[in-house]
Amino acid sequence: MSQTNYIGKALNRVDGPAKVAGTAKYAAEFNVPGLAYGYIVNSPIAKGKITRIDAAEVLALPGVHRVFSHENVPMLAILDRSYKDDVAPGGSPFRPLHDAEIKFSLQPVALVVADTIELARYAASILKIEYEAAPHETDIETKRTKGFEPGRGKTGFTPPPPPRGNPDRELKNAVHSIDQEYVHGTQHHNPMEMFGTTVEYLGEGKLNVYDKTQGALNSQQYIRKVFGLSKEEARVISKYTGGGFGSGLRPQHQLFMAVLAALELKQSVRVTMTRQQMFSFGHRPHTLQTVKLGTNADGTLAAVQHHALHETSQFEDYTENVVNWSGMLYQCANVKLGYQLAKLDVYTPQDMRAPGAATGSFALEVAMDEMAYAAGLDPLDFRIRNYADRDQNLDKPFSSKKLRECYHEGAAKFGWEKRNPAPRSMRQGNMLVGYGMAGGVWDASQQKAGAKVSLSADGMLTVQSATNDIGTGTYTIMTQVAAEYLGLPVEAVDFQLGDTEFPAAPVQGGSWTAASIGTAVKNACEALGEKLLKQAQKMKGSPLEDAKFEDVEFVNGQLRLRLDPGQAVVIRDIVQASGETKMEADATAAPNLLKQQGYSLHAHNAVFVEVQVDEDLGTIHVTRVVNAVAAGRIINPNTARSQVLGSVVWGISMALMEETVMDHQFGRYMNHNYAEYHIPVNADIHDIDVLFVEEEDDIVNPLGVKGIGEVGLLGVAAAITNAVYHATGRRVRELPIMLDKLL
Amino acid sequence: MPETFTTSSGAAANASLPPTRAVKLRINGVEKQLQLAPWTTLLDALREYLDLTGTKKGCDHGQCGACTVLVDGKRINSCLTLAVMKEGADITTIEGLGTEDNLSPLQQAFVDHDAFQCGYCTPGQICSAQGLLNEGKAKTAAEIRELMSGNLCRCGAYSNILSAVQEVLDNQKA
Repeated sequence: MSQTNYIGKALNRVDGPAKVAGTAKYAAEFNVPGLAYGYIVNSPIAKGKITRIDAAEVLALPGVHRVFSHENVPMLAILDRSYKDDVAPGGSPFRPLHDAEIKFSLQPVALVVADTIELARYAASILKIEYEAAPHETDIETKRTKGFEPGRGKTGFTPPPPPRGNPDRELKNAVHSIDQEYVHGTQHHNPMEMFGTTVEYLGEGKLNVYDKTQGALNSQQYIRKVFGLSKEEARVISKYTGGGFGSGLRPQHQLFMAVLAALELKQSVRVTMTRQQMFSFGHRPHTLQTVKLGTNADGTLAAVQHHALHETSQFEDYTENVVNWSGMLYQCANVKLGYQLAKLDVYTPQDMRAPGAATGSFALEVAMDEMAYAAGLDPLDFRIRNYADRDQNLDKPFSSKKLRECYHEGAAKFGWEKRNPAPRSMRQGNMLVGYGMAGGVWDASQQKAGAKVSLSADGMLTVQSATNDIGTGTYTIMTQVAAEYLGLPVEAVDFQLGDTEFPAAPVQGGSWTAASIGTAVKNACEALGEKLLKQAQKMKGSPLEDAKFEDVEFVNGQLRLRLDPGQAVVIRDIVQASGETKMEADATAAPNLLKQQGYSLHAHNAVFVEVQVDEDLGTIHVTRVVNAVAAGRIINPNTARSQVLGSVVWGISMALMEETVMDHQFGRYMNHNYAEYHIPVNADIHDIDVLFVEEEDDIVNPLGVKGIGEVGLLGVAAAITNAVYHATGRRVRELPIMLDKLL
Repeated sequence: MPETFTTSSGAAANASLPPTRAVKLRINGVEKQLQLAPWTTLLDALREYLDLTGTKKGCDHGQCGACTVLVDGKRINSCLTLAVMKEGADITTIEGLGTEDNLSPLQQAFVDHDAFQCGYCTPGQICSAQGLLNEGKAKTAAEIRELMSGNLCRCGAYSNILSAVQEVLDNQKA
C-alpha cells in the first residue's frame, strides 16, 4: 500500500458528534419500558461466611420486587468452565451469589431489585446481613517467601524464558552493578463510566443485554453458559463504552446480576455499580520487583536479572508478562528472569493498560537509569550502547524495530543535550529541574476476527464487526480502512460494532484491534471488490471486460483500470445493475503465521520528561513530555495521538498519584472513591509532545499496523522517576512518588 | 470466638418512604412535569425520569464532574442537588447546547481537537467549559486548566480539552 486516500489521514472521529451532543448511548442509558432497578450489596469482611440474611423488612417495602442472595438463586451452571470467560486466568472463577463463603472484601452478596433507583438503593442499605469473619491475609509483604510459579495462565501469558549465559557469575564479575527493589501498589482502572447493564426482557426468556464491556461476545458466551441461554435468547449490545483500560475484558458482577434478575422476574432490569463498587473487581496487582544489573568496562550489560512477585486471589491465578521484556529490550548474553504469584484474600487482578509491561518497564527502566549513573554513563547513551537488534528471548530478528529512531528523534525534540548529568544541578527559581528518560516494548498482535460489508444501491456501505470502541477510535479507523479499500468517501461508510449478531471479533484489548479488525475489514472489502468486478464485467459494454482483480482499483467511487483510469465504472451503478438492493461479502482474517514465524513482532517507544520539583514543598510537576513511538503504520494520527496523550497522563498518574490503599486490618481498600483514589486533573497536565516514528512493516499484518493503545504508557512512570532523581538526587523506588518521599 | 459483623445503614426500616409530589422543571427551555420524591437527585431526574441521558453519572458524589449541567447559566454537579430544589430554575443540559447536526461552537471545537476518547466525561466537560465561558474568568491556558479541573477525564484528553476551550475563548474575544 503506497499511496492512500484515507488511511493515514487525521480524520475527526466519526462518532464525535454523537459524543459531544450527548446522544451516544452507553449501557445504563437504554430506558426500556417497565424497567426495574437492581442495587448490589457488598461484603464488609474479607473472609468468612454469611450466617444470616434477614430480608423481611426490605421485602415489606412497597415497590421492592425481590432480594437475591445465595439463599434463593436458582440452580445455575455447575462446572467451573461455564463461568470462564474468554480471558479468564487459570483457576475457579468467582460465582456471584453462589454460596455463603466470603472470599474478598466488597464481594457482592445480594441484589435488591425495586421499582426505582432510589428505592433499590435505600432498600439495599437496610438489608440486614450477618457474617462470621475468619482471619484474612491481604498483605503481600507476608508472602515474600511464599511465591509460586503459575502454570500456563491466561491467553497471552508467556512464562519467562529459561536463563541464558551465566547471569550469576557475570553479575559478580561485573565492573559496576546495582541490585534494587521496585514496588508499586494496587491500581484500579476506574473508567469514567461505571459498570452497568440494562437487560431488556423481550418475553419467553429472550433478552437484549446492553452491557458495559470490551467484548460483547465475551459477555454473551458467559451469560449463555451460566444461564443456559441460546445465542438468540442472549443478544449483547455495546455500542459505546465509557472507557475500559482492561476493566471490561471480563464480564463483571453487574452483568450476572442484571441477567439473573431479569430472567427470574421476567422483567427488564438495570444494575449499575457505584464508584465504590468499581473497586470490587479486577485491578493491577501490587507487585514487588528486584532488578540486578551489571556492566562491563565498555558500558555494555554484563548481566540482567529481574524477578517479580505479585498478588492474585485465592481462587484464580492471574498472570501477566512482567519480566520477559527485560530479556529482549537490551542486548545481553547473561539473563535470568523470574516470575511468581502469591495468593491473598482479594479479588483476582485483571489486565490494566499495558498489563505486565507497565509494571516491568517501570522497574527495568529505573534500574537502567541507576546503572547508567553507577557506570558513569548518560542514560540515553547507555541504552543505545546496549541496543538489541535481535530478540534474544526468541532468538529471532524483529520484523521491524525503530527504537533507535525513537531515541534520536525524541531526544532531539526534547533537547536532551541540554541536560547537565549531575543530580540537583539544574534549577529554575525555587524549582529543581530534572530530565529523565526511559523506553519500552509491547507486543504487536493480531487475533482472528471477522467483518461483513454490504453496499446498497444508493452507494452506502455498511461494515459490521462485533468489536468494540472503548475510546480508542475503532469506529473512525475502520471507516477509513473500508473507505480506502472500496474507494468510497468516508461519509458513505457506516461502520457498526458492539453487537453479537455481527461477525465475531475478539475482546478489545492487547492493542490488537486495528490489526485484527482492520485486516478483516480489508479482506471483506476485497471480497466485495471481486464481486463488484464480476458484476461490472456483466454490464453492457463494460470497459473492464477483460480486467483481472489485480488490474483494477477502487478510487473516488469508481472501479477503474489501474493503468488506464479513464476506463471506469461508477461503483453505485454496479449494484444498481445487479438488480439487487445490495451486494454483500464477509471475510475473516487471522495472522499469517507462516510469514511471521521467523520474526519477533513488537512496537517500541522512548519517553523524555522534564519535572520541576519545589525544593521546599516537594511538589512535583511534569512540565514537559516527549513520547516517541514506533508502532508501524498510523491509520489516523488524530486518534493515535490521543491514545498516546492518554498514555502519558496514565504514566503521570502511575508515577505520582495512583494507588489503592489497603487497610490490612480489615482487608479492605480505604480509598475506594474518586476523591481519594487520585488521578490527574487538567491542571496536572502540561506540555505533551507525541512523535510517530515512521516504520514500515509488511510482516505484522497486511495493514502494517502494530497497535497504539498501550505502548505509549511504557517508560512514562520510569522516565518521571528518573527525572525526579535528576532533579532532587533522591532515588524513589516505590510508586506513587508522593511528596513525603522527597522531604 | 469468631468475630461477627452485621451490616445495615442504620436507617429505620419501618420509616415510611418519602411521598412523591408534582415537580415542574424547565430543562433546555421546555417545561417538564414530573412526579418525584424529594430524594431524587437532579441527575437521576434527568437520566432516569426524563431520558435525558446525555448528562453522565461517573461517581454520584460530586467528585468527577461528569454530571455537570448549567443552572441559570452556572455550572453545577447535578448529582449533588435534589431535583425539587431546582423548580423555577433554568436548567441546560448537553442536549440543550446543540444537536448532532447543529453543534455549538464548544461541541464543534471538542470534535475538531479530538478533546475526548470514550466520550463519557465529555458532556460534563462541555457544560463545564460553557459555564467557564459564562463566568468570564479564564484568560490564560493555566487558568483554563485550573478552572476545568473539576472534571475528570480518565482517557487523559486534557491537552486537547484545553485546546478546544482555548479556541472558543479566543474566538469570543476576537
